[in-house]
Order: sequence, then structure tokens, then C-alpha cells
Amino acid sequence: MLDIKNLHVQVGDREILKGIDLQVNAGEVHAVMGPNGSGKSTLALVLAGRETYEVISGEVTYDGNNLLEMVPEERACRGVFLAFQYPVEIPGVGNTYFLKAALNAIRKYRGLQELDAMEFLPLVREKMKLLEIDDQLLNRAVNEGFSGGEKKRNEIFQMAVLEPRLAILDETDSGLDIDALKIVAKGVNALRSPQRAIIVVTHYQRLLNYIVPDYVHVLVDGRIVKSGGKELALALEDQGYARVEAEIQSTTTAHF
Amino acid sequence: MSTDTNTIEVLANREYQYGFVTAIEADSVPRGLNEDIIRLISAKKNEPEWMLNWRLKSYRHWAGLQESEAEPKWANIRYGPIDYEKIVYYSAPKPKAKLNSLEEIDPEILATFEKLGIPLTEQKRFAGVAVDAVFDSVSVATTFKEKLAELGIIFCSFSEAVKKHPELVQKYLGSVVPYTDNFFATLNSAVFSDGSFCYVPKGVRCPMELSTYFRINAADTGQFERTLIIAEEGSYVSYLEGCTAPMRDKNQLHAAVVELVALDDAQIKYSTIQNWYPGDKDGKGGIYNFVTKRGKALGRNSKISWTQVETGAAITWKYPGVILQGDNSVGEFYSVALTNNYQQADTGTKMIHIGQNTRSTIVSKGISAGHGQNTYRGLVKINKGARGARNYTQCDSLLIGDKCGAHTFPYIEVKNATARMEHEASTSKVGEDQIFYLKQRALSAEDAVSMIVNGFCKKVFKELPMEFAVEAQKLLSISLEGSVG
Repeated sequence: MLDIKNLHVQVGDREILKGIDLQVNAGEVHAVMGPNGSGKSTLALVLAGRETYEVISGEVTYDGNNLLEMVPEERACRGVFLAFQYPVEIPGVGNTYFLKAALNAIRKYRGLQELDAMEFLPLVREKMKLLEIDDQLLNRAVNEGFSGGEKKRNEIFQMAVLEPRLAILDETDSGLDIDALKIVAKGVNALRSPQRAIIVVTHYQRLLNYIVPDYVHVLVDGRIVKSGGKELALALEDQGYARVEAEIQSTTTAHF
Repeated sequence: MSTDTNTIEVLANREYQYGFVTAIEADSVPRGLNEDIIRLISAKKNEPEWMLNWRLKSYRHWAGLQESEAEPKWANIRYGPIDYEKIVYYSAPKPKAKLNSLEEIDPEILATFEKLGIPLTEQKRFAGVAVDAVFDSVSVATTFKEKLAELGIIFCSFSEAVKKHPELVQKYLGSVVPYTDNFFATLNSAVFSDGSFCYVPKGVRCPMELSTYFRINAADTGQFERTLIIAEEGSYVSYLEGCTAPMRDKNQLHAAVVELVALDDAQIKYSTIQNWYPGDKDGKGGIYNFVTKRGKALGRNSKISWTQVETGAAITWKYPGVILQGDNSVGEFYSVALTNNYQQADTGTKMIHIGQNTRSTIVSKGISAGHGQNTYRGLVKINKGARGARNYTQCDSLLIGDKCGAHTFPYIEVKNATARMEHEASTSKVGEDQIFYLKQRALSAEDAVSMIVNGFCKKVFKELPMEFAVEAQKLLSISLEGSVG
């Protein structure tokens, strides 16, 4: 579904991603882990189409099409969803109104009938139940005055409603207490399906206890330095990133 | 360059969709202004002598002002000199026959209003709205007159009111905005051609929205309309005005006066959707909108509420205010002003507290895009005798792009220590983060900006009558076209 080849990305003069290769197939859950500043969030934002990042070289195909040529909204319409690390507030714009506009933009792009309020509401109710979202949250403006945890939960709620094909979760676990973490994981797991792929970007292994990945990749200084199964995450938790970094430096052949 | 600015430019280049011209024969007076022109206008309208005398008195005062200080200079707007001798002060579509009913209106004019979305045939669309249509200098049609008359409500053109209800006009004309009020109001008092008149009798709640639609058509013509609304004891009326003009290279002057009078327990709600031609993207052409609007909450427990959505005009200079004279009276001002390209707006309100326990609320939302300059100017004055007065002011500015400006000049004068005043202000920028967030949720850049801006204006839009709130949102989106990425 997603094929990233030798992706180099810079911001200003600084190269942040220094040759990423990553293949994600439908039905898979990939975790991308790494220390602060390794380029995890950059990868997530580049896939979503954030214009401040400049792709210097490499390619990214999504369902066989060149993802890098698509504007962010086209990516979204084709099923790429990013759960933001720092969701922004849109004062005065109701959550429900916003979500309906988003869903209908996607449906329109796909040639489907747009949903009216009567059709939209039952769908929203169902997802609210799944993510234990309060009615009152729905009536508030998008992320306005939300706590950090509420914002993150709102992201996953949006994801549940929009049902993307490729979901990218950018440090969704940060700022969540354990109860909220479990609810978020429940929402993500409910979305797992053979047609869908999920990339979980995280600093900690904690979330991966609840969203069990098929693959784990370790990103250090703009490169994926190690890939493996779910046990890799546990090893990392145990030994820390420093150990992996040291390992890499001693074995120059560790390339994939 | 930021995508922000990119989209702003794309949006700004969208065309003004009301810019067409109607080909129609007009009956105009020669250019320029002098006593003969005033007499000619008055004669064309078959006015009684008292009306002519009032005009002449105003003209003489204006001529004096013209020689001394001329136009007020304090506003934060810039424009070249206005040559008052080049303006045509009266232009009316030439009647093909004497008008007795809507069927006799020139089909060209009917078609013009249809095209503007204001059907003058009564059964169409806004079934709950009575419309007075003003084309250049004269009112061409007023709908639902008979139905309103059954309730004793008078809703007609100003010219008709001068003839049929002289006692009301004489009693209230200039009682809120005296002819000496300011340069533009004085000019209007001398040359005003038409406008709407509305009288709601004691205890009557007007069952439909009353509305006036102003259309400038002729070139080099100024539009000087005058509106007077009187709400008798315990009555209620909601009134809306809309306006558009053709696209022309030269600036055109619009100097209107609106006076509202609310007696005991009466309520007037006045909404404006102003969409005059704003000029092109380089700032060429557009309407100079110098308007004086004021309400007098004369009676006890009376209430006057202004809601304005100002998206058009090259220059907007207006401060709809309320004189809170009756005890417990209430004044409100809700405003959205948008300036894109090279538009300039200096707008706000005046709340003058005179009676006891008077309350006023001001909510102003200024949006600047392109090279637009947006100024909020407000005066809240608590007079010595106004015990227990309260004011709440909220004044927010939103910037789109990095070439525009937002300015705020709030004046507060308190002469009674029992007053309670609150003032909140904020300035924010439509962030790339916000736009990217919405784009990631499948919305186009245009939809994203329009959603952010509409959210910003929500508190004002909810004050508009339902049908018009939707129109206002659409209008805002169109006016912003080309503004953000």
C-alpha cells in the first residue's frame, strides 16, 4: 500500500530524514520508534503533505500513485489520515459540523452521496460510544479548551468516523493517562482490518502493549537503523535507545 | 513564500459577482451641487415646501463645512480628494409608465433584482420578508405593503412617507441624526433622494422581516438614501438591508443616514449585509461608503440592536450607535468587517448611556486579508446621570497573510462611578497549522479558510435572521476567495 524509497527530507538547510525505506502493506500495523529529534514526526507530517518540509530525493508511492505529488487534501480524500501530535484549535467551529464537512468532502471525492445530518448522526453516535466521547465534547468548538487528553481522544474519534485506509498516529500516547490510553487503543484496534494499514509513531513502548504491532522500526538520526517484530519494542524499553545507537555505530553493515 | 499568502492571493482574485450594469434610461440631474440642484431634486420628487426648506438649510450648513474643515480627518483611512462637483446627485430610472403595481415596473429592473437574488414578485423565495427595492436614487418597489397595512404598519419609500405621513416624518426626521451631525450626514440631508420608511404602531409585533435592497447602477452617481424607523410603545420590528453596485473604475460615493427611534418597551433589530463593489484587486474603483447610523432608545426598557456584516466597499466609514436615553434601555452592536485586497474599513459603534441602568454590548470581529486595513473605533460614554450603566465590549481581529493590518481605537468615557465596564480584545492570525489541519481532514484551502473565518464570526452571525445568516456565510467565503493556503 505504502512504499517509501530512499526518502530524504529537509527543513531549511537541515536534513532531517536521511534515506528512509519503508514498506507497509494493507492489514499491517507498523510502529516507528526513536529518540526525540530522530525524525519520527517529520516522517508522519511528510506523509500527510505538510508544506514546510522539503523532499530532496526519494519516492513515496501510495496504492501505486506518487503520494508526494498530491496536495494534502487529496491525500486525505484517498484515505491518508494523520492523528496529530499537537491538534490545533479552530475557535467557533463546532466539532460535529467540522467532522461532517470532512466526511462529506471525502465522500464527494469518491463519488458517494454526501450524508445529511440525519444520516450522519447515528454514525457519530456509534463512534462516540466506542471512544467514550461525551456529548458535550461534540458540541464544543474543534479542540477549543480541550485538555491534552481530550484532544488526542478527539483525533482518534475523528479517525474512527473518517475510516481511513492508512492511519498515521503521531505520538498519540503522549499526554494520555492509562485509562485514556486504553480507550484510544480500543479505538485503534477496532479499526484494524485486512484493508487498512496503521503506522504508530511513538517514543515509548507503553502504547504498544495495547496496540500490538506487526513490525517495529527504530528511527535514529533520520535513518531506520533497525527493524523487527513486536519483541524489538520490548528490548528497546529494556535497554534504551542509547544501546541501539551504540550498536549501530559498531556495526557499519547494519543496513537493510 | 508561505502558502498562507498564496491562497489569499488566489481567493482575492475571485470576481465580484454583482458587478453587472443594467442598461436603462435614466432621468438624472446635472453634475455638481448648488441650491438649484437641491431645488431640482425636490421638484422632481414633488416635495412639500417644509422638505425643501430642510434640504436647503442642510445644504447651506454643508457649504459652510466644505469651506472650513470639509470631510472629517480623524479616521484611519486614506483616499484621494473627492470632487463633489463631479458627482451626479440624483438619477432615477425613467418610468415607462406611471407605476401602480409591481407588474408595471420596468422588466429590466425586475430582472436586475432577480439576478441579485431579490425577487420582487411577492410569492417568491423569502416568503417571510417584505422588500423595499431602491435603484439608484429612487425606490422602485415595496412588497407586502397591503398585508402590513392591515396591522397598521407603514412600510414604504421615504418619498411616499413625505407625502402621505408628513406629521411622522416632520416629528422624527433629524431627531436622532441632526442635519448638522457630520459632513456626510449633512450632505445626505441636503440631497437624499429616497430610502425606506417604517412605522410600527403601539403593541404590534411585525410578523415578517422588513428589508431594503439598495442597488447603485448609474455611473458617476452618488447614492444618498435615508431610512427612518419608528417603533411605538411595546412594538417589535426586525429590519434588514442589503446593497450591491456594478464594477466601475471610478470610485462612487455612498453617504446614507439611518435613524431609529424606539419608544417604551419597543425593540428594533437592524441588520446590514453590505456588499458594495470593493474595487479590483489593485484597489482601483469601488464604493466610498460614508454612513451615519444611529438609534435612539428613547423609551423605558427599549432596545436597539445593530448587526452588520461589512464585506464590500473600497472604504467603509460607519459607526452605528445607540443613544440609551430611556431607563433600562439596551443597545447592542454586533459587527463583522472584512477587508481584502486594498479595502479599508474604519468602523465601530457609539454607545451613549444617559438613562438609569442602561446596558450595552459590543461584539466586533475584524478580518483583514490581502492589503486590507481594518480599524475598530468605538466610543462608550457613560453620562453623569446614568447610574448603574453597564457595558461589555469584545473586540477581536483576525489577520490572514502578512500584508494586512488591524487597528483598534476604543474610547471609554465614564462620568458616573457606578458604571461597570468590561473590555476584551484579541488579535490572531489564521495559522498555517490550522489550515493544514483542516486540509488533512480533506477540506480544500478555500473551505478551510472560510471555516476558520466563519468560526471566528459565529457570535455575530447568530444574531442575524436565519435566512441571512446563511447568505452572510456564503458572502464571507466569496469575499475571501483567494486568501489562504
